[in-house]
Amino acid sequence: MTPALLRARLQAALGDRFPAALSPAARPAPELVSTGVAAVDALAGGLPRGALTEICGPASSGRTTLLLAALAEATRRQEACALVDAGDAFDPCSAAAAGVELARLLWVRCGDVSRFPTQPETRTVKRETFFLEQALRAADLLLQAGGFGVVALDLGDVPPALACRVPLTSWFRFRRAVERTPTVLLLLEQEPCARTCASLVLQLQNKQSAFSSQHSANPSLDPTHARLLRGLRLQVEVVHSGLRKLPRAAGIEFESCAAWAG
Amino acid sequence: MFACLHLPDFPVAAMMRLEPGLRRQPVAVVDGAPSLERVLAANEAARAAGVEPGMALLQAEALSGLKLRRHSLAQEAAAHAALLDAATAFSPRVEDAAAGTVLLDLAGLGSLFGPPEKIARALAARCAALGLECRVAVAANPEAARHAARGFPGITVIAPGQETARLGPLPVDILEPPPEILETLDRWGVRTLRALAALPAVAVAERLGQAGVELQKLARGEGARVLRPVEPPLCFEETLELEHPVELLEPLAFVLSRLLEQLCARLAARALAASELRLTLGLEENVSSFTFQVSREPSQPETRNVKRETVHERQIRFPQPMLDGKLFLKLLQLDLQSHPPPAPVIKVTLTAEPAPPRPGQAGLFLPLAPEPEKLELMLARLGRVVGEKRLGAAELLDTHRPDAHRMNRFKVASPGSRVGTARNVKRETRNPHARLAFRRFRPPLPARVQARNGRPVSVFFRGARATVLDLAGPWHASGEWWTEQGWAREEWDVTLATAEGSASYRIYREGNAWFVEGEYD
Repeated sequence: MTPALLRARLQAALGDRFPAALSPAARPAPELVSTGVAAVDALAGGLPRGALTEICGPASSGRTTLLLAALAEATRRQEACALVDAGDAFDPCSAAAAGVELARLLWVRCGDVSRFPTQPETRTVKRETFFLEQALRAADLLLQAGGFGVVALDLGDVPPALACRVPLTSWFRFRRAVERTPTVLLLLEQEPCARTCASLVLQLQNKQSAFSSQHSANPSLDPTHARLLRGLRLQVEVVHSGLRKLPRAAGIEFESCAAWAG
Repeated sequence: MFACLHLPDFPVAAMMRLEPGLRRQPVAVVDGAPSLERVLAANEAARAAGVEPGMALLQAEALSGLKLRRHSLAQEAAAHAALLDAATAFSPRVEDAAAGTVLLDLAGLGSLFGPPEKIARALAARCAALGLECRVAVAANPEAARHAARGFPGITVIAPGQETARLGPLPVDILEPPPEILETLDRWGVRTLRALAALPAVAVAERLGQAGVELQKLARGEGARVLRPVEPPLCFEETLELEHPVELLEPLAFVLSRLLEQLCARLAARALAASELRLTLGLEENVSSFTFQVSREPSQPETRNVKRETVHERQIRFPQPMLDGKLFLKLLQLDLQSHPPPAPVIKVTLTAEPAPPRPGQAGLFLPLAPEPEKLELMLARLGRVVGEKRLGAAELLDTHRPDAHRMNRFKVASPGSRVGTARNVKRETRNPHARLAFRRFRPPLPARVQARNGRPVSVFFRGARATVLDLAGPWHASGEWWTEQGWAREEWDVTLATAEGSASYRIYREGNAWFVEGEYD
């Protein structure tokens, strides 16, 4: 009798009496929280707690807009949040305008040039690698401490080639650290790099930069000082979702609006 | 009823409190100027080995196995304060009788702690938890309790009316009579309290006067003085003078661990927590160059050549009162790794600022926030990784200068509180559209801008040239022109052609130089 057949018989005989012993533990569907952007919530369902979510896109694709919206939503729920800023690119003024309560946000700024070893004999890595390692260590400490509603790791300015060289074990460790916790782990980058460790991957793209114009028919007639950058027209696409089945190439467009544009 | 806590050989007991490993070994404490040092006190094991108070240091050193320590007034003060803390944990009526001796009133404690025997055992256990092996005696009056504690080892409980019989075997000198009276009593052959108590009272009064009568009353255990209660000061300080200078963090951590253990036990005895820790390290003088090593592994060659300070002070404030020795030790270690002392350490003083502990139970439905203890430790560790000044909660400043903010220490905001910003920022509450975010380049990237008719047509930065697809501006901004930090600039919002399509940036001109301030994202 083969082991598979024996197992099948045992399952048939005892499955009703001891279901938990013979079947893998059911993984409850993660709780989803709002991203702060209604269109993205409608598309992806929200951000999963206890899982890693990747927000990817090139410059001006709306990655930071989505991040700030998620942070604003979390601080509105009075949760403590943390942002590991690998490139020191976070703008507090912009975040406050997006509704982030800065007092509830722990901002960890990597990229301090003075901490980079200056002497050539002690300098064994490039500056970008040094700051990326700093950011990964900081994120690890934050996740191990626990208690944060959102932990965001901003690698938006890290070259994709470098971000992809981060070992998969790091992402796996992060995912394990947030599993069964109510923490939303967000990873902001140019290209997906956490591979199978990510539960949700959102790809963003800039469709158009919207400028106000008095002559809608021919904007070039406007004097430039009479125009305003009103916002960006963005497209978001779910590249991968381990949470629910989505139609292929699910995508949606939404607009980000500058604070001065009303 | 009254209880007395007494520490025999007080200088030795005070020293052993921080060195419990020496408890069963012969130990003597020496004092005096160099070359004139003499034994001040010795424990029982040392006395059995032949050590006597007053013995010269050279004689004491000749005895094998004897541990010698320097007399430390700071350690004695801390030990006495710990004794007061132990007594205060039981009764608010405590008398500071002498160095190493404390009296307390047990009236009304029966319903809380049980009969006097149980209270005495609990007192001894509390003292043991504070590192003090003290004698405990309970009697009907303070003087009888005091003499019993000084005369009998361990725990002694004297029932009311039994004082004369129980104190009888003790020697007369335990009453500390004046020398001339002691000499007279010795000539009479009166050497025990029983013998003194048995003398006719009138005859004693005729021959020794009022002092003799008082002594006889004490010998009979009839003292009826009133307790003089004191309010022990809330001073929590522990000091340890090191025999040899410490140059490594690891052995220093052991010292800190011992001090913290005692501090936490004392705070717990008074039902308090610490809101601040102050560490003062006494440094060795006349050190020309030194590297304090944070580990035994070879470190970067950073040698400090100049040493002027004689103390190295560090201060750690907690957002909420805490009482966790292991956490305190880790925080101190992380702080010393970041701020090592500039010379070998010869003295360690640790002071805790007491505060009422925070309420233990939090609500069930509070929003997510890290535990305060874990948060403090995590912030200290993060400070080691990225720098202490580069983490915290940002606060916008009340100015229009670009990127004006300061970093505050991150604290868990209380639920329901909403912290506003100083600046007139249009804050979103619930927006139908997402707000356009801005990513800053710190420092701004220098750029070369090609303009036509006053309008930028191409921007060169990050090693590449990009054509301007669309733009808005210029806007002139300036501020603080009345100070030396005045600023003035001309800003443009531009959309540049990129490999992925287009991207929007904010560029500005300051004087004749162009910079890219950041990208809209």
